[in-house]
Amino acid sequence: MRSVSVIGVGETQFGELWDKSFRELGIEAGLRAIQDAKIAAENLDAIYVGNMSAGKFIDQEHVASLVADYSGLADQHLPTIRVEGGGACGAIAIHQADVGDVEANEILSSTTDQEWESVFGATFAGLYAMMARRHMFEHGTTREQLAAVAVKNHKHGALNPNAQFQKEITMDMVLGAPRVAEPLGLFDCAPLSDGAGALVLCASDRARKFTDTPIDLIGTGHASDFIAVHDRRDLTTIDATVIAGKRAFHAARKTPNDVKVAEVHDNFTISEVMAIEDLRFVPKGKGGFATEDGETALNARVSVNTSGGLKARGYPVGATGVAQAVEIVRQLRGEVGKRQVSGAEVGLTHTLGGTGGTAVVHLFARGD
Amino acid sequence: MAIPRFWREIPSRYNLVGSKCGNCGALDFPPRIVCPRCGRKSVGRMERMKLSGRGKVVTFTIVHDAPKAFDMLKPYVLAIVETDEGVRMTSTIIDVDPAEVKIGMPVESAFRKLGEEGEAGIIHYGYKFRPA
Repeated sequence: MRSVSVIGVGETQFGELWDKSFRELGIEAGLRAIQDAKIAAENLDAIYVGNMSAGKFIDQEHVASLVADYSGLADQHLPTIRVEGGGACGAIAIHQADVGDVEANEILSSTTDQEWESVFGATFAGLYAMMARRHMFEHGTTREQLAAVAVKNHKHGALNPNAQFQKEITMDMVLGAPRVAEPLGLFDCAPLSDGAGALVLCASDRARKFTDTPIDLIGTGHASDFIAVHDRRDLTTIDATVIAGKRAFHAARKTPNDVKVAEVHDNFTISEVMAIEDLRFVPKGKGGFATEDGETALNARVSVNTSGGLKARGYPVGATGVAQAVEIVRQLRGEVGKRQVSGAEVGLTHTLGGTGGTAVVHLFARGD
Repeated sequence: MAIPRFWREIPSRYNLVGSKCGNCGALDFPPRIVCPRCGRKSVGRMERMKLSGRGKVVTFTIVHDAPKAFDMLKPYVLAIVETDEGVRMTSTIIDVDPAEVKIGMPVESAFRKLGEEGEAGIIHYGYKFRPA
C-alpha cells in the first residue's frame, strides 16, 4: 500500500433527514471535506463512493457518476468507482482509494443470507441476539454488561452535535425497553439513519502542501467470512474482524496497546463487546466485563465510540465507515472539544458488513 | 422471493439434503459445489446426503420485532440447531413454550409452511424444529 494521508473530512447531521435527498447528502459531506482540505476540483484524481442499496431503495444505480455530476465535477471527467459491502461499504471505499475523494451515502440492509437465514424468520437483530445468547452462555457475559455499552455510547453521543441522539440514557431504560429479539431490547439496537461522510485522501508526500495536520492512514485490513452465522467457526467471535485487525496492525507495525481511541461497529450492543475482544483490546470473553468496569469510556484505557457510535451518532449503513474515519481524524487533530481524548496518537476504525461476512479495520496516526 | 429461487432449493428445504465431501468426508448444508475445507480437491467429489433432522439447540432468541410475513407468529423462537451429523442450520423452534427453550435442548425437524407469496401466490414449505 502506498502511503496515504487524510487532508480533509466532512460529514452531515445524522438522523431522520426527510428534507434531504440522496444526492444532497453525499454532496453536502463531500463539499465540506473539500473545503476542509482547501483544495479545488482540479486537485481531485478520483472519486470512490461507498453506498449500499441505492438501487433497492431509490431505484438509482450508477451512483458514483451521479455524485460526481451533482458535485459539479462532470467536466473533470474523473474516474468514479462505487464500492458495496453491506454496512462496510464506506470502509472498503477507503481501503480501495489510493488517492481521491471518498464519499459515502446512507441506506438499509439485506446483507444476511436471504435463502438460508431470512426465509426461516431470521431477522438482523435475531442473528445478533443468537450471538449474544451464546456469548452469555460461554463467557458469562451479563444482560447488564450489554446494556452498559448503550449507556456509554449515549453518554458520548450527548457530546456530539452531529449525533442523532444527543441524550443520555440509564441502565434501567435499557433493561426496561421493549424486547426486539431476546436478550436484546430496543436500546441494544442502533437506529438506521440518513447521513453522509466524506474524506479527502492524498499521497502522504504531498499532504503538507494542503494541511499542517495530515492524518496518515497507516494500516488497513479487509476480510470476509461465511455469510450465514450458523456456518461460522465460533458464534461468539467475528473471525473477519480478527483477521482484518491482524492485517491492519501488521501493516501499521502497531499493537492494540498503541490505540487510544477507536470507533467500532456497535450496530447492536453485543457487536461492540465482540469487537473489542476480536480487536484484542481485551481478552476473549472479557468485553462485557471491561465495558462494565469503564475501561472503554471516554479517556479510559481505550476510548471506544467517542462519536456516540452507531448507537447514538447514528447508523447511516453504507456511510458508516467514513463517518467513523471522520471522528478518528478529528480526534487525532484534537478538534472535538468536550469529547476529546487527550494525547491520542493512534486511532482505529472497525466496520462490519452484514453479521460479520465482511469486516474492515483502518489505523490512523498523526502525521507529525 | 421469486418462485425459481425457492423451487431450486426444494430437496434441501423439504428433505434436508446436504452434501458430503468425497475428499475429507465433512458435511455441509445446504449442499456445496466446493468444500470450504478442501477447495479444488473436492470439485466433482461432493455427494448428496440426507440429514437425520435430529439435533440440539446451539443458541436461540425470542423474536418480538419481526418482518410482516412473520407477524402472526410473534413472539417466535429462532435458533441455530446442530444436527447429530454436526451440521448447523437456522430455523424456528415450534410446539414449545419459548420460556422452556434451553441451549442443548434436543430437537427434531418437522415439515411446515414457511411463508407465501402474497395472498394468491405460491406457498413455501420447509423445515422447522420441535422438541424431541
